[in-house]
Amino acid sequence: MLLLATVADHNRWRITMKYFVLLAGDGELGPWDQLTPDEQQTVLEQFGGFDAACEEKAGVGLLGGEALEGGAMATTLRTRGGELTITDGPFAEATEQIGGYYLIEAPDLDTITGLCRSLPAYDIEIRPVVDMG
Amino acid sequence: MTSKSDPSSTWADQAIAETYRADWGRLLSLLVARTRRLDLAEDALGEAFARASAQWSTAGVPANPGGWLYTTAFRLVLGGLRAEAIGGRKAPLLAIGSGWAQPPSVDHLDDLDDERLALVLLCCHPALAPEARSALALRLVIGTTTEEIARLFLVSRATMAARITRAKKKIVTAGIPLSSPVDDELRARLVDVCRTIYLAFTAGYAPGQGPDLLRADLAGEAVELVAVLHRLAPEAPEVRALYGLLVLQHARRDARVRHGQLVTLAEQDRSLWHREEQRVGMELVATVPSGQGYLEELRLQGLIAVEHVRALTADDTDWGEISALYAQLETLTGSAVVRLNRAVAVAEAEGAQAGLALLHGLDEVLANSHRLPAVRADLARRAGNIDLARTSYQLALDLCGNEVERDYLTRRLDTLS
Repeated sequence: MLLLATVADHNRWRITMKYFVLLAGDGELGPWDQLTPDEQQTVLEQFGGFDAACEEKAGVGLLGGEALEGGAMATTLRTRGGELTITDGPFAEATEQIGGYYLIEAPDLDTITGLCRSLPAYDIEIRPVVDMG
Repeated sequence: MTSKSDPSSTWADQAIAETYRADWGRLLSLLVARTRRLDLAEDALGEAFARASAQWSTAGVPANPGGWLYTTAFRLVLGGLRAEAIGGRKAPLLAIGSGWAQPPSVDHLDDLDDERLALVLLCCHPALAPEARSALALRLVIGTTTEEIARLFLVSRATMAARITRAKKKIVTAGIPLSSPVDDELRARLVDVCRTIYLAFTAGYAPGQGPDLLRADLAGEAVELVAVLHRLAPEAPEVRALYGLLVLQHARRDARVRHGQLVTLAEQDRSLWHREEQRVGMELVATVPSGQGYLEELRLQGLIAVEHVRALTADDTDWGEISALYAQLETLTGSAVVRLNRAVAVAEAEGAQAGLALLHGLDEVLANSHRLPAVRADLARRAGNIDLARTSYQLALDLCGNEVERDYLTRRLDTLS
């Protein structure tokens, strides 16, 4: 049966969702190895600031996140006609190279987009994680 | 079976129609704010209205119709959540605020402006597809039927239904919250809202194709939406500017069509203009601060509309002033459509040749619009260049998809020979 609890403030009633945040480079921000040491330092500080902002924000949890090697290091598996093939390279020759990801728990999309403002100027795609209940 | 002439049935129908018009958006906002389930809330409210329709004619109209609908819909949402939990698709930890199941009082219903504004802003969230935003706002805030919205945007009902469904699904799945952004973000969102409302209005006011020249009822829905917004955010200058502009344009609706045919501004029976609405519109436009960007664009358009209202007859129109306003608007926007309108104004102020000269260079940008050749044809006719007029009317006819406007162009072409 449905659990009914009582809270006075409906803002405290939050259904937490999980979001997959994908960072893609080569937009405003150049590839890592083409940044000057100062620029690299700034980017690192921004990542640190993002971690701190997630830490501080109520209802937000940073579940995971890593930087990824470039598309040249990617391996793609495809199954066609029941047969698995392995090829060198990423899914698609996208102009934007996927560079890292986060898995974040948050109350809603606006919270995530708000937090992402503190990240370096990557192109960022946010996907809700399917709730398998 | 209830007879249509049964007074209680009529009374009930009226009460339902009135409650729908006045309270649909408010009730939905409150349900969404309290349950955070847009999908369930909208279905539930629709079902509550259906039940009201079935019950009120026999059981009588309740003292607080909005409250009755709210309670009924709220219970239906709970039922939906329960069914989901039992179905195992989700096991929501639902926390219901004490008293939320209580219906709002009649007074409270009038006091739901914050929730309603939040709902408008939700519909215009940037994470939603632009083409879905104003449709969603009309659907959720005004309660316009999907069928009417489809007609407004010239797409099939199925297409519009899919578009709205997808947007609603995105709101629920991506967790787009019902929130009230503040300051800069609110301003930015409101500007977006204004753009989408203007788009909706334009689609109703000048449908590109089809049998109707003007869909005043549907344009009226857009005006109502911006009226709601203005009540909710009276300080927002863009909202004030857009409200004033749309009220002024909409006030001419009854004069724009006669016997199913287009009536140009010059030929309109000005006694059909809604003068009280125009007075409201002029007051609004007068209090818009001069600014920049989109706000200034709306303000200048509003001032142009005001000039037309001021002229008691078409001959009294101050075309010099209107030309000057269009020139400012063109500098601001660089828009070819604005240049086209400016050419019409300049032709009135300085003669057809001066107007024609301003059309140079527009052909490439406005290649698909019938308006450019239509304007050129009219100006050429007045300048005595019958050949240019004839070829231009013909080109306009080739490009025009609106049947009423085509009739108008054909008549003009016929008068040449």
